[in-house]
Amino acid sequence: MPPTAAARRSLASRVVLGRDPIRRAIYVVGMLPAVMTFYFGVVDQLGADPQKTLERTLGLWALRFLIATLAITPLRRLGLANLLRYRRSLGLLAFYYAALHLSVYLILDQGLDPASIWADIVKRPYITVGMFAFTILLPLAATSNSAMIRRLGGTAWQRLHRLVYIAAAAAVLHFIMLEKSWSGELVLYAALIAGLLGFRLFGRRRPAPRGRPRPADRTARA
Amino acid sequence: MLIKSASDIPASEITPRSAYLRRREFLAGAAALGLGSLLADSGTAAPLSATPSPLSTTSEARTPLKDIISYNNFYEFGTDKDDPVKHAHTLKTTPWKVKVDGLVGKPAEYDLDDLIKEVALEERIYRMRCVEGWSMVIPWIGVPLASILRRLEPQGSAKYVAFETVVRPAEMPGQRGVFQPLPWPYVDGLRLDEAMHPLTILAVGLYGETLLNQNGAPIRLVVPWKYGFKGIKSIVRISLTETEPRCTWNLQNAREYGFYSNVNPNVDHPRWSQATERRIGESGLFVKRRPTLLFNGYGEQVASLYAGLDLKANY
Repeated sequence: MPPTAAARRSLASRVVLGRDPIRRAIYVVGMLPAVMTFYFGVVDQLGADPQKTLERTLGLWALRFLIATLAITPLRRLGLANLLRYRRSLGLLAFYYAALHLSVYLILDQGLDPASIWADIVKRPYITVGMFAFTILLPLAATSNSAMIRRLGGTAWQRLHRLVYIAAAAAVLHFIMLEKSWSGELVLYAALIAGLLGFRLFGRRRPAPRGRPRPADRTARA
Repeated sequence: MLIKSASDIPASEITPRSAYLRRREFLAGAAALGLGSLLADSGTAAPLSATPSPLSTTSEARTPLKDIISYNNFYEFGTDKDDPVKHAHTLKTTPWKVKVDGLVGKPAEYDLDDLIKEVALEERIYRMRCVEGWSMVIPWIGVPLASILRRLEPQGSAKYVAFETVVRPAEMPGQRGVFQPLPWPYVDGLRLDEAMHPLTILAVGLYGETLLNQNGAPIRLVVPWKYGFKGIKSIVRISLTETEPRCTWNLQNAREYGFYSNVNPNVDHPRWSQATERRIGESGLFVKRRPTLLFNGYGEQVASLYAGLDLKANY
């Protein structure tokens, strides 16, 4: 029997927002900066260079959500908080912001001019690196639902999703490369990413929390 | 209670209304004499009158004043575009001395008004193209640098002019703290023939008023065919030299910023294209890029300065 319209709607809303009210809240609150910045842009309240401000704000939020996503495991390992069930929401928010950031660049900044976009990608290292970071996030976002985790199997899925480390490094490199000089803000983001990636490199050999088989735990909840 | 009630304020501290009103007249009168910059409080603009110059670019809409005074690169006050408008008011621009030295007949430490008096103020509307890929159209008020230099009597051996920005960490937050984005003082320079070119001015105002600190008060350089960072702000020293002066951005990254830094759509910044620019204040969020012009559109007047010079090698 085909699903009723109501059932389909509720299924659609579950796929987009999830069932957990906290996860729903994360998505709604997480998208607020995008909605507000775009609104301020339309009513001309984004300062002298609104397009750049919008582009930059979306990029910064992508980086912030990427940092939040990467912070989940260290927080858990250090026994500070177990927020594993919210990691997918944060990771997807990072992807949505990266996609919006890229859209503003492609549509508003470059006016969807293929020649000028291609020239930018091949000639501008910071664009190349940014595109590279986004390209990595694509398969991660596409395989972020539970069905894909089951299909790929925990180990393969986990191996694939380790690519987020490369995406994070590329994202912050993209930021460093487009700035004219170092600022406190830039140093802060670079240090956070470096610290979170360093934790994976040097904090690896710590034992997993007792009584919880790690891969299964990740597979079920991540 | 920190807030004083009106009765706590002695009558002697209250400016009589007549005197307060006279201050405005006084400023207007002083501006007519070209003394506006001396009398402006730091961080506030005073009216300044000037004669429109035939060298102005009048075919394009002028950038709104609010954008010109709130979107600035002036790293001495911070690296964000809105840092200067927030922090620049702390710089005290009165009194202001400019040291003139090097290969000149009249080296001295000049009071700003002594340096520019006797030269009529002109309004020069110029395009300004930032190396970051945005542009503005600004109605500057200033004096031709050539007329100032002539009065200082450059010696025959002088080939360049070097400029230096003020260093006052106590008044310029970008010069304090752990992360210093650039070495101070900010320095820059021009070839003498570029400095003597009629388009090159020392600006003391814009939009009919004295410069605000974030725009480089009380005196700054404007060279409309070069990227904006060559327009050194809050100048305290002018030196005539025989050798090419040091330039801050060139010292910071020689591969990206050359001595000339002429606006050139055919020579890209190593990290981004210089072919197009976004005009600030033009159409908000949905502004379209416009093509950048060689020498920022002033080629007819200045291209001859660079005849025979390889602009790709001398960027």
